[in-house]
Amino acid sequence: MTPAATTPPAVSARRPHHPGSHQDFVAGGRRRRHRSETRAALLFLSPWIVGFLVFTAVPMVWSLYLSFTEYGLVGRPVAVGLHNYQRMMTDPRVVTALGNTFVYAALYVPCAIIVSLGLALLLHRLMRGAGFFRTVYYLPVMTPGVAVAVLFSLLLNGNFGLINRALALIGIRGPQWLTDPAWIKPSIVVMSLWGLGGAIVIFLAALSGVPRDLYEAAEMDGASTWRRFRSITLPMISGAMFFQVIVLTIAAMQLFDKIFVLFGNPGAQTSASDASLFFVLYLFQQAFQQLKMGYASALAWLLFVIIVTITAIQVKVGNRLVYYEGETRP
Amino acid sequence: MSAIPVSQGAAAFGEAIASATVRTHEPRRRSRAAQLARWVVLLGLAGLFLYPFAWLISASFKPRAEVFDNRLIPLNPTWSNYAKVWDVAPLLTWFGNSALVAILAASSVTASSALVAFGFAYFRFPLRNALFGLVLATMMLPSMVTMIPVFLIWKDLGALNTRLPLWGANLFGSPFYIFLLRQFFLTLPRELFDAARIDGCSNFGVFRRIAVPMSKPALIMVFVFEIQASWDDLLKPLIYLRDVHLYTIPLGLNSLFVKFNPVAGGEGDFQYIVTAALLSTIPMVVIFAVCQRYFVEGIAATARRG
Repeated sequence: MTPAATTPPAVSARRPHHPGSHQDFVAGGRRRRHRSETRAALLFLSPWIVGFLVFTAVPMVWSLYLSFTEYGLVGRPVAVGLHNYQRMMTDPRVVTALGNTFVYAALYVPCAIIVSLGLALLLHRLMRGAGFFRTVYYLPVMTPGVAVAVLFSLLLNGNFGLINRALALIGIRGPQWLTDPAWIKPSIVVMSLWGLGGAIVIFLAALSGVPRDLYEAAEMDGASTWRRFRSITLPMISGAMFFQVIVLTIAAMQLFDKIFVLFGNPGAQTSASDASLFFVLYLFQQAFQQLKMGYASALAWLLFVIIVTITAIQVKVGNRLVYYEGETRP
Repeated sequence: MSAIPVSQGAAAFGEAIASATVRTHEPRRRSRAAQLARWVVLLGLAGLFLYPFAWLISASFKPRAEVFDNRLIPLNPTWSNYAKVWDVAPLLTWFGNSALVAILAASSVTASSALVAFGFAYFRFPLRNALFGLVLATMMLPSMVTMIPVFLIWKDLGALNTRLPLWGANLFGSPFYIFLLRQFFLTLPRELFDAARIDGCSNFGVFRRIAVPMSKPALIMVFVFEIQASWDDLLKPLIYLRDVHLYTIPLGLNSLFVKFNPVAGGEGDFQYIVTAALLSTIPMVVIFAVCQRYFVEGIAATARRG
């Protein structure tokens, strides 16, 4: 049980640790050390292994199985073949919910990228007060989602909300933000933009990783500010931007808590309106209000497939656009 | 619900603070005027970001009739909302529930993720990379896919309408934290572990007495991220809790919103909603204020992985 003793200490002590290297496989005399190390590793990994089986692997198989059944929590699931998937194709609510979710994601992700990158650029290498501003922009992230939804439902109230009162001051009659189908998604985008502190911070980290001498060289060559941004900053932070686009899209597709507070509560203002039906809200309603566990499982798999597809497309396109250090391009 | 983007944002947040603290000297090319202009824009935007908070604070000191007068300074400021909101709803119980769940969730996920991360970082064993790849893959898995069966599992265990499902799964580690802590453990000098082993320390002893004390900033970082994620969570309480006295803050706040929203047939007492919303935010703001230091230390070390 003293594996280190079987290795010459002088070697083992100085050998840099390479994750994933299998140098120990080489020497047959170390097989025993190997077995005890594997046993120890299994012990350390056991929480995750159990958790992976119980909360990921089994539920995934179970969920796939449920998606081919009808199950309302009483009795046993009844196999119905492809019925749920066929129903999904003709369910107008699915089309509506998916449409709304896509429109929201398509509006939100570009806005979030532009606004957070803009703010990060303003904050980057600020002489004084950078910490203060970062804290200010990050505070909304710490605000519980339900509180954000409650707060904005009051601010965006069409009749007496702050935003329409402010618009009235400059002579604009603001819309019914949260009940007019045309304005629901922009309203939610605004609400979500308030909490983009995380994205700002990721861009700030990326910006601080851009080597300073690149700018100095470009400046000496007489490159304009825009040109420096376009040819240095943008390529150098494209990795972070790529990561952001993927993460924000996945999150946007699964937006739930704010939507539930504003539109999902029984008797909520526009529960009848189609414009506020987001996909995860519909999934939740089918599963836990209608108790259609089979159909909801099929919906969950649809969402999964859609997210994987979108991510795969983004990765494919992204790999063509993202600059990786050390690569040369024409 | 989607804890991953939040945590990653927070991780990079610390990284940004860390990089800001090691800021090198700026060549004085940028003119003062440009700096000033930037300041003005940033201040304006900061005002925009802060205004909703200011509105909320102000509204919480207004009597019922004035909540929507949109004045920044209340005409007739009053403490009465703060005195009465506790009687309007079992707010204190909800705070207690949220705090209990958050602490259980954060301690269990920190302990289990650290164990697993150390397992991946220290030992060499067959299939290690494949298993770690699996950890990374589950990080991307939308929780919606497993939500229904996981609900059925807790139901079969008789745990519906208890607090257990809100944090129980955290006992088994969380992929993102495992990833984060593994990165951290890899930066620790391996010689220390090997030396301790030679001195007769057990594997668990190496973890407990060397790895854990050396990783305090990273562990505290994981802990606070999870506190925040747990405090924010609406979906799980919504699925699992029926009894009002088990509600957490998000679920309770939502129920208040329904209760008082006149559009949904409520009583229109918005002054209590705004007060409760503000109170629910305060603990997170305090944690953020107190723990910035750990964010900095934790990520500064992670960023040094090279």
